[in-house]
Amino acid sequence: MLLTHAGHGSGGGLDLAALLASVGLGLFHGVNPAMGWLFALSFGLQEKSRRAILRSLAWIVVGHEASVLPSALVITLFAGQVTRSVAMGVVSAALLAFGLVLLLRPRHFRWVGMRLRPWQLAWWSFLMSTVTGAGLMLAPVLLHTTSSHEHSVAGALSGDLTSAAVVALVHALGMALAAGTVALLVYQTVGVRILRTHWVNLDRVWAFAFVVAGLGVAAAWIGLG
Amino acid sequence: MARTWKPDPTFYPSPELAAEAPPERHAFVATFWRGEGEPNKDALAVVSVDPEADDYGQVVGWCEMPNYGDELHHHGWNACSSALCPNNPHPHVERRYLLMMGLRSSRIHFVDVKDDPRNPRIAKIIEPEEYKAKSGYSRPHTAHCGPEGIYITNLGAAEGDEGPGGIALLDHDTFEVKGTWEKDRGPQYLAYDFWWHINHDRLIASEWGTPRQIENGVHVEDLLAGRYGHTVHIFDLATRKHLQALDLGPQYQMALELRPAHDPDQQYGFIGVVLSLEDLSASIWCWRREGDGDFTISKVFDIPAEPVAEEDVDRLPEILRPFKAVPPLVTDIDLSVDDRFLYVSCFGTGRALQLDVSDPMHPVKVGEVQLGGIMARASHPAAPDLPLLGAPQMVELSRDGKRVYWTNSLYGAWDDDFYPEGVGAWMALAHVDTENGGMRLDERFFPHGADFRGNRVHQTHLEGGDASSDSYCFS
Repeated sequence: MLLTHAGHGSGGGLDLAALLASVGLGLFHGVNPAMGWLFALSFGLQEKSRRAILRSLAWIVVGHEASVLPSALVITLFAGQVTRSVAMGVVSAALLAFGLVLLLRPRHFRWVGMRLRPWQLAWWSFLMSTVTGAGLMLAPVLLHTTSSHEHSVAGALSGDLTSAAVVALVHALGMALAAGTVALLVYQTVGVRILRTHWVNLDRVWAFAFVVAGLGVAAAWIGLG
Repeated sequence: MARTWKPDPTFYPSPELAAEAPPERHAFVATFWRGEGEPNKDALAVVSVDPEADDYGQVVGWCEMPNYGDELHHHGWNACSSALCPNNPHPHVERRYLLMMGLRSSRIHFVDVKDDPRNPRIAKIIEPEEYKAKSGYSRPHTAHCGPEGIYITNLGAAEGDEGPGGIALLDHDTFEVKGTWEKDRGPQYLAYDFWWHINHDRLIASEWGTPRQIENGVHVEDLLAGRYGHTVHIFDLATRKHLQALDLGPQYQMALELRPAHDPDQQYGFIGVVLSLEDLSASIWCWRREGDGDFTISKVFDIPAEPVAEEDVDRLPEILRPFKAVPPLVTDIDLSVDDRFLYVSCFGTGRALQLDVSDPMHPVKVGEVQLGGIMARASHPAAPDLPLLGAPQMVELSRDGKRVYWTNSLYGAWDDDFYPEGVGAWMALAHVDTENGGMRLDERFFPHGADFRGNRVHQTHLEGGDASSDSYCFS
């Protein structure tokens, strides 16, 4: 049962809250034009086809997941090997540090080509997701789903990793849903004019989100102490 | 560099949307001192182009460069509509700095024109030593904002007065020089202009000559031997490697300005050739590519030289007397954002042409004005008694295609070859009939002479972008 907690530690397990949080982060990532839907849209416009949008998005999601899934597994493995207090401290510090780096060093990710083969598009998406810390952003959710190390017997660990994989997949689903919906809406009805007027600086919002998440974990950590 | 919450409102995803841009209120003009009279500093002049303003057509602001002798020439924006492109999306930077490049000094000034366009301020300077050491080049010419940062072509190698010229890359966040752009320059040795088909990852570069061939005026020996540039080079914009050289033939000297179609789906564009050694004509060529194939190039428009009667030959500058004719000397061209009209400047005869290039392979002349010219010295309707020297040279066009601006200086040493009495300084504006073609000079707009403080005027860019400043990724 995915929705029941696999371990018996102090983690909250893979409950509805964790799933919603994963999907939400995916939606957040997906609506950002810089994360791929704009690329997919441009292929759609070039080829004058909706299918080109969806085909490109599929590769973008694959690349995104290739970044997020290993990150989720590593974070879970780490959290399973240390005390909850250490895990929360490290995650909080990492989120805060990453958020501040994104805020204070606003250099965007550079990729020079426009004519990309599918695997290159997936690679672009992988790099983009990695440098923006998509996997790290899942850390608070993963802390929630991971057992503390006192109980990390093999079975519990395996359950935690399964939960982590589900979190990563559900996250990608949210990302695909948001990106696909926006790309198709812009293609069908809204038009690229929206880029001028409604493209909020989501990169900066994303950076702030790291800081807020870091502070949240820190607060919980202090509360734990 | 500060980031904004919403995209810079002067960025447009497509050429069609750019044509809806509000009219410019200010024109930014590069002016330079040509070593005559009291030393004067090169400066960015701000000209009011708002027809509702009381000071319409007047120079309303100045920003002087701190040194002497830079010879400001072309300039370019730090950021443009290419920031909306999906492979490098960063639309929360601002179009606010003009890169004013000293073609003679190799010094680059970043001038902030955003908050107070009538009072531009120098925000940063890259000194020549640093620029040469980091870029591998000297004599920076044209700048474009693009996928990897700010790209600048250069006429010469870092040291000395020879080539190879090529492209340098600057970081568009820090404005640091990142280095030489080319990973493989192939056979290219001479450099001049460049632009790209951004959605197809293809960069196009053209050729003028080395600093030695240029800085002391036309090098007649090299010209007659066909040693100025006559080849167009195609690079892979992503891998920075040379792919193709399209040779126009050595009789076609100085293959200069490149104007790719603005529609990002298209892969064709125009190049102006200054001179044919066979008959002194100038010409327009069109390059094209079908799908993923090779590029081809062909001549699509000829502009013949104008013969000069025997009794008038003495009025010609020395360099032209043996030929008894005035060459058109097409030194600049500009393509409207809707890819419909190509504007062609003839620096020799003083004619400014408007070609309908809806069918790129068969341009049709639909408009013409004449100002200055080696023999004609045609006056402006605002000052009918004032014979003009120089000619329509750099041509700039508003995003909506309705206003076309000219300035009258080519390059100090070359002005002097063709206009030994000097070119003075003037700027003109014509309104365009965008339906049927045709241009009408604006009698209210004619800043000239002392308005420019004794400096010559070279290139204009328009507030918020213009027909030669932006690349678009969506059609």
